Amino acid sequence: MPQPRPETATGIHGWGVYVPRFRIKMEYIAREWGWSDSQWKALAMIEKAVAGPDEDSTTMGLEAAAYALKRAGVDPGDVGAVFFGTESKPYAVKPSATIIAEALGVTPVTMASDLEFACRAASEGLRASLGLVASGMIKYAIVIGSDTAQANPGDVLEFTASSGAAAYVVGPSSGSAAVFEGSYTYVTDTPDFWRREGSPYPRHGEGFTGEPAYFAHIIGAVRGLMDNLGFKPSDFKYAVFHQPNGRFPLKVGEMLGFKPEQLKAGIVTPLIGNTYNGSALIGLARILDNAAPGDRVLVAPFGSGAGSDAYSIIVTDAIEEKRGKAPKVDELVSKKIMIDYSTYAKFRNMIKIVRE
Amino acid sequence: MTGLSVPAVWRGRIHRYRLVAGKCNSCGRIHYPPSHSCPHCGSRGLAEVELPRMGRLVSYSIVYSVPSESRSKAPVILGLVDLGVARVISEITDAGPEDISVGMQVEAVFRRITEDGETGVLVYGVKFRPVKEA
Repeated sequence: MPQPRPETATGIHGWGVYVPRFRIKMEYIAREWGWSDSQWKALAMIEKAVAGPDEDSTTMGLEAAAYALKRAGVDPGDVGAVFFGTESKPYAVKPSATIIAEALGVTPVTMASDLEFACRAASEGLRASLGLVASGMIKYAIVIGSDTAQANPGDVLEFTASSGAAAYVVGPSSGSAAVFEGSYTYVTDTPDFWRREGSPYPRHGEGFTGEPAYFAHIIGAVRGLMDNLGFKPSDFKYAVFHQPNGRFPLKVGEMLGFKPEQLKAGIVTPLIGNTYNGSALIGLARILDNAAPGDRVLVAPFGSGAGSDAYSIIVTDAIEEKRGKAPKVDELVSKKIMIDYSTYAKFRNMIKIVRE
Repeated sequence: MTGLSVPAVWRGRIHRYRLVAGKCNSCGRIHYPPSHSCPHCGSRGLAEVELPRMGRLVSYSIVYSVPSESRSKAPVILGLVDLGVARVISEITDAGPEDISVGMQVEAVFRRITEDGETGVLVYGVKFRPVKEA
């Protein structure tokens, strides 16, 4: 008799999202740097979220994690791991995970670490959490994906690189809002996007970020998962992928055989930009905000360098009582303060101030 | 460098992160930030309590002339916030002078309070911002 997959012993007990209030329209970025409007329209972008001058990946990650804990209704003392996935660490050396764990009241008896794998670091934390919880080593884990994404001013990346965070409380399947059915990881050494030590902005391989990186790795992970579980695209109510822009997730979904109605509920990048480690996980949160018990969801984050994880989850009855305990994604997206390019440049430290 | 004391920043982290105040076991009044003795009756019998995270702006001051490390946040708004059980002084964030008024509802958010130059410690804690309707 086949053994049940370890993932089936685990589930999502809480989810939370944080989106900064400030937004900049694509027109302002295009106008500033002489881009044609066709450039950002081809990325299916409208606006992007901008962190305020006193926000960073740690502050946003804490807010998202606090919402996730609220939905989970878990005693912070029962959390045995805090994993913080980011590529915009406020400290090069010193974990943000300990700051967040302390603020949540999880310390001192817990694992806590910052993970790095471009936009996929939090997803690696999620998969590790499934193993830790399934093995019984810990009861609950908090996984956070948070970024204040950097882009060289004037680079096409500036249209999408934004700020935001998502967090999940993972624990035993019993009592969870969504149970994991399986997971699958696919990684290779592919230099599609990188930031060298000491460099303020990343570089990317233009078209190279698409076919051999984003598409190849997500397709590798999703097909591997579906083969293992014996599922086909029509078995899922929703599918959500990493969203570097508004176009790629629709395209990769179509390549895998998903229909637009399965994909649209999880796409948030056109309204807030690419939140990097938050990207697919904010999309999943938007799905959980609206999903019904019994819905099966596919989620596949991606990180440059490169790799992707695919997860299959089934929503349970418990989702109904958890949903209203924290703000929904649409509510956070709608609360906004529009800013111009100069304010954006000031907030993102693009204007050099000589300190006295 | 602003010369922040790392031990002092470390000692105050729980109060700043979780909005923890001191409650006097003798007179019952609550004060923030917590001190070693009650500022109202002098008692040293104190307990720690977490304050509510929603309140109302009682008064505020707008600071236009700020240190260079706060220039990107200028003007800085300092507010007196009534949380029902206690009043706290906090920076009001995500808002300009045109966005605030006495009596408005504000909510606690976790932010960078300050930083010790470009290489020193980062100080995190709670600030307040206007509650915004969706």
